[in-house]
Amino acid sequence: MRSGLLVLAAFLASAVEMVEALTIVLAVGVTRGWRSTLIGVGTATAVLAVVIAALGPALSRLPIDTLRVAIGGLLLVFGLQWLRKAILRAGGAKARHDEEEIFAEELAEARRAGTSERAGLDWYSFTVAFKGVFLEGLEVAFIVVTLGSSQHKVGLAALGALAALVVVGLVGLKVHAPLSRVPENTMKFAVGVMLTSFGTFWAGEGTGVHWPGSDAALLGLVAGVLTLSLVLVAAVDARAKSSEPVA
Amino acid sequence: MRRFVVGFGRFWYDFVVGDDWTIALGVVIAIALTRVLVHHHHVNAWYLLPVAVGVGLSASVLRAARR
Repeated sequence: MRSGLLVLAAFLASAVEMVEALTIVLAVGVTRGWRSTLIGVGTATAVLAVVIAALGPALSRLPIDTLRVAIGGLLLVFGLQWLRKAILRAGGAKARHDEEEIFAEELAEARRAGTSERAGLDWYSFTVAFKGVFLEGLEVAFIVVTLGSSQHKVGLAALGALAALVVVGLVGLKVHAPLSRVPENTMKFAVGVMLTSFGTFWAGEGTGVHWPGSDAALLGLVAGVLTLSLVLVAAVDARAKSSEPVA
Repeated sequence: MRRFVVGFGRFWYDFVVGDDWTIALGVVIAIALTRVLVHHHHVNAWYLLPVAVGVGLSASVLRAARR
């Protein structure tokens, strides 16, 4: 059960980040050509692989309880701030993430930028693609390493991320446009619930508590966090509506 | 180099801690308190973290919605 939830959380979280990276890469590639853009993507991927290869084995050597309390705590802080944003978006107190709008902004930016071709590379395309893939990829790496290492199952979390890469990559190749129909805000909400629940569970195990019902407590945490989040969405929504000016 | 280090640190702070640092502080306090109760007082305080998460998240969201 834990492994299934772990793969699902890694898949959803990675897919969300990859959709964001794809929007940037598509905008630059479509406007300025694909060669330098794809070299930027490849270089970022190679650098990321080095970072993960260095970080993963180093973490797996730490004692499991130390790892769980540190990584669980980190995951909990990260999950809570992710969930907080998702609740505020769902309740209408924060603007929703709109891939089409971001794509249009990136397109305009890429068109405005002058050409600076040196050593056979368009450095604008290379840099923007590298930065987009590297930063979003670092977030994926963080999620995979934290989710996976708390259970000493980095491989399983990486499998979820790899599946997301394949799915988002294939869909991106097929539609050749920003994936605006992906329910990104809903996915972010689900990921926030899962990261918060996993973080609470592992941080608790790391401190030495025994959860009632053992592994089943994780499902209880997911249900509890989800219920509270939905109540908070309703409260934020009601507040936003009550503060709207009457026509 | 200094700019890179500052930028890199800011990226991770924004990424992990985000807009409300009180959530991070609350989590650290709750974990420390749970550890003390478990190891020094032999209390299986499993309920402390979920309660802290619920209270911290609610307070942070409602505070942001009021702004």
